[in-house]
Amino acid sequence: MLHTVNKSPFERNSLDTCLRLSKEGSAILLIEDGVIAAIKGTAESSKIEGAVANRPVYVLGPDVKARGLTEDQVIDGVKVVDYDGFVDLAEEHGAHNAWL
Amino acid sequence: MAEYEFDTEGVKKTFTFMNRKAPYGTVYALEVLETVLISAAFEQHANIVFADDGVYQLKAGHDTADIGMKNFSPTFGIIEMEKEDADEDEDIDMNWRIIVEKESMEARGLTEDDFKVDVEVIAAAELADIIDASDCVIGG
Repeated sequence: MLHTVNKSPFERNSLDTCLRLSKEGSAILLIEDGVIAAIKGTAESSKIEGAVANRPVYVLGPDVKARGLTEDQVIDGVKVVDYDGFVDLAEEHGAHNAWL
Repeated sequence: MAEYEFDTEGVKKTFTFMNRKAPYGTVYALEVLETVLISAAFEQHANIVFADDGVYQLKAGHDTADIGMKNFSPTFGIIEMEKEDADEDEDIDMNWRIIVEKESMEARGLTEDDFKVDVEVIAAAELADIIDASDCVIGG
């Protein structure tokens, strides 16, 4: 199952609930405002730093760039993907769970 | 314009409907409810899950008279009746579960007795397995 989170962890609890209600090993892709969770050195960074230890975590590059952020600022272990990568993830993981 | 044929005969999937938003403040709750009812029309299996502020959708005693909005909580009574009919009638192959996440319920000071319908209260770790095993997840 592929989980996507599109809300900032500063604004909503979508990431918290995604982490609580998804199985270890299932993939998470951060998109739209969700990419903020993938940035190093914030008050919310520890959530994704913890998640990369037990599951694949991806972030959508165009949404990072659009917000004036760079790939250098992305937490170690998080893979940056483009739109083609997004399609590949959706195809590989079967069911999709969008945490809104 | 292309014509499509939808042959849904015999197609049976398990849907999980995630209700995570409080009622009335946004349209999420009502929209998810609509999709639940559609799945009933097609006799699909469904886990109707309430987590985060979504647990307030099931709270007994909604009174929307003074906010000028329709109280949609009676619909949950219909869902419960549909579920019971399906459970009792062996000709209906439709397994529905109404599930509340234990952690979300407890975080809000609620208990099973606060809800309008009978629910299964399930802890996050077990609920994660149920969600993961479904064919399709509708978020909201």
